[in-house]
Amino acid sequence: MAAVKGASAKVFGLKDNKSILPYLLLIPGLLWLALFFIVPIFSLGQMSTKVAGAQTGEFVQGYRFANYVDAFNASTEQFLRSFLYGILATIIALAIAYPLAYAIAFKSGRFKNILLVLVVAPFFVSFLLRTIAWKQILGEEGPVVSVLRTLHLISDTTSITSSAFAVVTGLAYNFLPFMTLPLYASLERIDPRTLEAAGDLYANGFTTFRKVTVPLSMPGVVAGTLLTFIPAAGDYINATILGSPSNKMLGNVIEARFFKIVDYPAAAALSFTLMAAILVLVTIYIRKAGTEELL
Amino acid sequence: MAVDASTSARGDLILKNLTKSYGEFNAVDDLSLVIPKGSFFALLGPSGCGKTTTLRMVAGLEEPTSGSIFVGETEITDMKPYRRPVNTVFQNYALFPHLTIYENIAFGLRRRGISEAEVKTAVDKVLNLIELPQLASRKPNQLSGGQQQRIAVARAIVNRPALLLLDEPLGALDLKLRRQMQIELKWIQTEIGITFVHVTHDQEEAMTMADTIAVMNKGKIEQMGTPEELYDSPKTSFVANFLGQSNLIPGEVSGNDGDNLIVDLFGTKVAVPKARSSALGKSVLVGIRPEKFRIAAEGKSTHGNVLTGGVVSDVSYIGVSTQYQVEMPSGKELMVFEQNDDDEEMLRKGAKVVLSWEPTFTFALDGSENVSAGSH
Repeated sequence: MAAVKGASAKVFGLKDNKSILPYLLLIPGLLWLALFFIVPIFSLGQMSTKVAGAQTGEFVQGYRFANYVDAFNASTEQFLRSFLYGILATIIALAIAYPLAYAIAFKSGRFKNILLVLVVAPFFVSFLLRTIAWKQILGEEGPVVSVLRTLHLISDTTSITSSAFAVVTGLAYNFLPFMTLPLYASLERIDPRTLEAAGDLYANGFTTFRKVTVPLSMPGVVAGTLLTFIPAAGDYINATILGSPSNKMLGNVIEARFFKIVDYPAAAALSFTLMAAILVLVTIYIRKAGTEELL
Repeated sequence: MAVDASTSARGDLILKNLTKSYGEFNAVDDLSLVIPKGSFFALLGPSGCGKTTTLRMVAGLEEPTSGSIFVGETEITDMKPYRRPVNTVFQNYALFPHLTIYENIAFGLRRRGISEAEVKTAVDKVLNLIELPQLASRKPNQLSGGQQQRIAVARAIVNRPALLLLDEPLGALDLKLRRQMQIELKWIQTEIGITFVHVTHDQEEAMTMADTIAVMNKGKIEQMGTPEELYDSPKTSFVANFLGQSNLIPGEVSGNDGDNLIVDLFGTKVAVPKARSSALGKSVLVGIRPEKFRIAAEGKSTHGNVLTGGVVSDVSYIGVSTQYQVEMPSGKELMVFEQNDDDEEMLRKGAKVVLSWEPTFTFALDGSENVSAGSH
């Protein structure tokens, strides 16, 4: 037995073959990342500084960094709108998901698992279909408009599809499970005795929530908001299906540049700009969330 | 929020006919109890006896089905937990993981709107009392179990409650640390003079710390008294077996000689002090603690109460003492602990022995008691 172990260690050229196991386990993931993330990022980066060649659809490397400035200047409005919509959708999703996750974690009793399945249930339908369904719900014949009209909250001629409202609520709706599940996970982990302890130490229900529950659920809030904001800011399907031309987001611009105008360098430059902007914003956010003040 | 008037209530803790039912099951059954101000009181019993439920009702974490709770003159039965003059040291401590030790201890003070300067004075003082001032800026997960335990106590006593409730506070510590904390808790209680109500299933822990112990069983108090009273004169077989160990031998009262009852144990007459008998009729259970027996090889001279004809059926040597299992002619197995404090030879398995003990060490229970109730 010892001899076999010694032999295998020699084959790997290591003293203890236990130490290479973690690296072996990393290989599939690393390969996947290299193939489908690092390589495309590189080719996208190269594309972003190319210039148009002799024929349509042919681009040659010109190291033209002005591509970034041009593309950004041409779509500043959509760029800012992406962030605004993303932030609004994240806030709405948080406002809906927090009470929902709280109820599932603390008050649902034996219905806990059923409710969790219901939270994930929309994922059984494709993203596209869900967005189209949302259009039906908000549409002229849908329940939302008829209720609002009956209550005279909107006039008989006002429509709520093809609007910023439809796009933002669509985003919030589509990414709600991404917000709910991490929130649930962090709320569920809270030891109920710490909440009892707060009550025992003169904190009423609201103070306990503010001083103990919320701070202890911050990891879930951070994870949930990131999982919602990042895809929402880069999304173009909601704006395409639920919005009007005046609700276009950066995703729509990138899509048009790639597939309609066939301006690959500009599309690549915008993709990079969006990625960088999200990265900066997220970094600032995580740093803030990590400090006591935000709690 | 200013210091609430209700939180300044002081005095004895009084439970009146307290009952907590879950459906048909009474977890706490018509419990009435007065815990004097300033005492160290232990509620002792096996798990499921209702001791923790009682504690949680006093803390306000559980609502009584009926009955009432007073601190001095003030009724707190329906008071919200955060209004009660009561603080709790929770099992597993329940420290706030996101706050520093300083903020954990300051939590209760801040909720009562006490000024920053006073908070600092109070927190520093209590950290010095528990001798951990250097930990103020740490987080709970950076502390050892024993340190967390002391912080949990500090977090509660810094509020100067009328009553400190301790729910199995030492259960998560290892034996050595537990012993040390028992002494420390007792010292803190003496130092600050707050009433401590301590819930535990560990009889040794209760006996080490408490002035008064209430032994609970099935939602009721079996017996209440000082550790000595409970150990020397148990009134029920549950108490006799749960608090330490007891040999309970059924017998018949056949007469008396003034201060003592004369009891017939399978044909042998023994004396039992009347003062230590709780028997109602002629049928009794005679109780002798295992360490009160003297064991000797058959034929040696003996005095006091004597039982002859025993055979050693098991011997275990455990350092300070040797534990013998002795089978009597009636078939009854008796336990004998013999201190290893002389050079007498250890008796072997199968040896014929005679047991004797001083009559004053005998107690008697009523014959209707269940011999094995409360056995470990």
